[in-house]
Amino acid sequence: MRFSRKTLGIPYGVFLTLFVVAPLLVLFYYAFTNGQGQFTVKNLTDFFTDPNTMGTLVYSLAIALTTTALCLLIAYPVAYILATSRLKAKSVIIMIFVMPMWINFSLRITALKEILTAIEGNLAYYPFLNSVLGMTYDFLPFMILPIYNTIVKLDVSLNEAARDLGADGRRAFLRVTLPLSVPGIVSGISMVFLPAMTNYVVLDMLYNSTYIMGSLIGSYFSAYNWHGGSMIALVLLGFICLFTLLADGGEDENARTGGALL
Amino acid sequence: MSMSRKIVRAAVPALALLFLYVPILLLALYSFTDATQIGAIRSFTFKNYVTLFTTEELRNMIVGTILLALASALLATILGTLGAIGSFYSKKRTSSLIDTVNQIPVINADVVTGFSLCILLVVVFGVSKETYIPLLIGHVTLSAPFVYLSVIPKLKQMDSSLYEAALDLGATPGQALFRVVIPQVFSGMISGFSLAITLSLDDYFIATYTKPAMFDTISTYVVNATKGSQTSIKTALWALSTLIFLLVIVIVIVMNVSSGRTAKEERVK
Repeated sequence: MRFSRKTLGIPYGVFLTLFVVAPLLVLFYYAFTNGQGQFTVKNLTDFFTDPNTMGTLVYSLAIALTTTALCLLIAYPVAYILATSRLKAKSVIIMIFVMPMWINFSLRITALKEILTAIEGNLAYYPFLNSVLGMTYDFLPFMILPIYNTIVKLDVSLNEAARDLGADGRRAFLRVTLPLSVPGIVSGISMVFLPAMTNYVVLDMLYNSTYIMGSLIGSYFSAYNWHGGSMIALVLLGFICLFTLLADGGEDENARTGGALL
Repeated sequence: MSMSRKIVRAAVPALALLFLYVPILLLALYSFTDATQIGAIRSFTFKNYVTLFTTEELRNMIVGTILLALASALLATILGTLGAIGSFYSKKRTSSLIDTVNQIPVINADVVTGFSLCILLVVVFGVSKETYIPLLIGHVTLSAPFVYLSVIPKLKQMDSSLYEAALDLGATPGQALFRVVIPQVFSGMISGFSLAITLSLDDYFIATYTKPAMFDTISTYVVNATKGSQTSIKTALWALSTLIFLLVIVIVIVMNVSSGRTAKEERVK
């Protein structure tokens, strides 16, 4: 067999071109054409002028923001306490927190649904709360893990130095540990926020019939409206790009402040 | 440390664990009863487990999900590993281009990935979903980038002169690849493969947009079943949830024991 190692990458390069790049190009084409294949910006203007779709966007953002905030509120203290504990078994304990990730999410949401039904009697009373709880239940491990990984790698002597220089525990945490754990928080947020905007199955399973952005794609798909669905997918892609850029910026900035701290 | 701080430090993680585990554990408990909803105290029975294993529809859906996961993970591992090796030894510009495109399915929402693949394959190219090809491609697209990301660090750790040494000693590039490079990146391939399995098992969106009409994965089946009214199926799924939970616990314990053992062996050396 005679080949250079570079050529081994060709099948994967072809695969990525065909099934990652090409679908996105097709998405652009469908988003900006109508049923007759003519160029149009109607799908775009429809999205931004229709009060229904704008309402869906607002509702998605509300669900995603609340879910992300709740996840962060639970995950940060948990990750901080575990990462700074002197327990030998902390890697085992973090594993217990992450383990639910490996159980199929639809089965976990089923479990949550049964509990919520038993508590609330009827899921229809609190659709927003239930959806946020469902998403938090689903995504919490994805917030705990990156924050834990960041804090556990922090140099303990930085915090000790702050204490030696006269900062009390609270001040040392706010001025040293918290800023240094921002990269973990940023990657946690990026793993929770986008799924929370798009994972409409959680809402479906908890009988919340209000649409989020993902549900719009689902409904266009059921109606064979590829053009409308592509435009929604494109809007979501825009959000994803924006978010990725913001996340990168947050991490870079932190690397800089981290450097300044040293 | 003050007593109250100690209590807070123990209580916060404990409450979070309760939140994560109470639903799964309660469902597991009720899966051994004839109750159709949580709350009513009923009598003990294995009925749900019998239904799970004797209903053909349920058995087909479980077997189908597992076969899909294995097939797509195997393909993803081959493609992703070859891609990582090729990219790693390419010019900087080529490899950073592959890195960037590889990130797209990782950060993209699964709804968008599934929907765009469906448009390309089914609407534009007219591939029938009944062939399973769109579904298989969808799951490979979902997981191959993660294999790629697991193999690249292993290549970075590898001594680059090993491959050249093998060639100098008379090995063909094929032999050098299989005897030198693959063994060095094998642990990365294994973790990529396991990641690919879990991604495929957990996927809902890509399957919904690309699967044959009569085929169901666990996720699509469960989501449809929650909308239906068949209580015997509903409670049989509680049994499935319990079995998966037990399986995950066993896998985690085995992984911990074996990694503990290798860590000890490393220390002895």
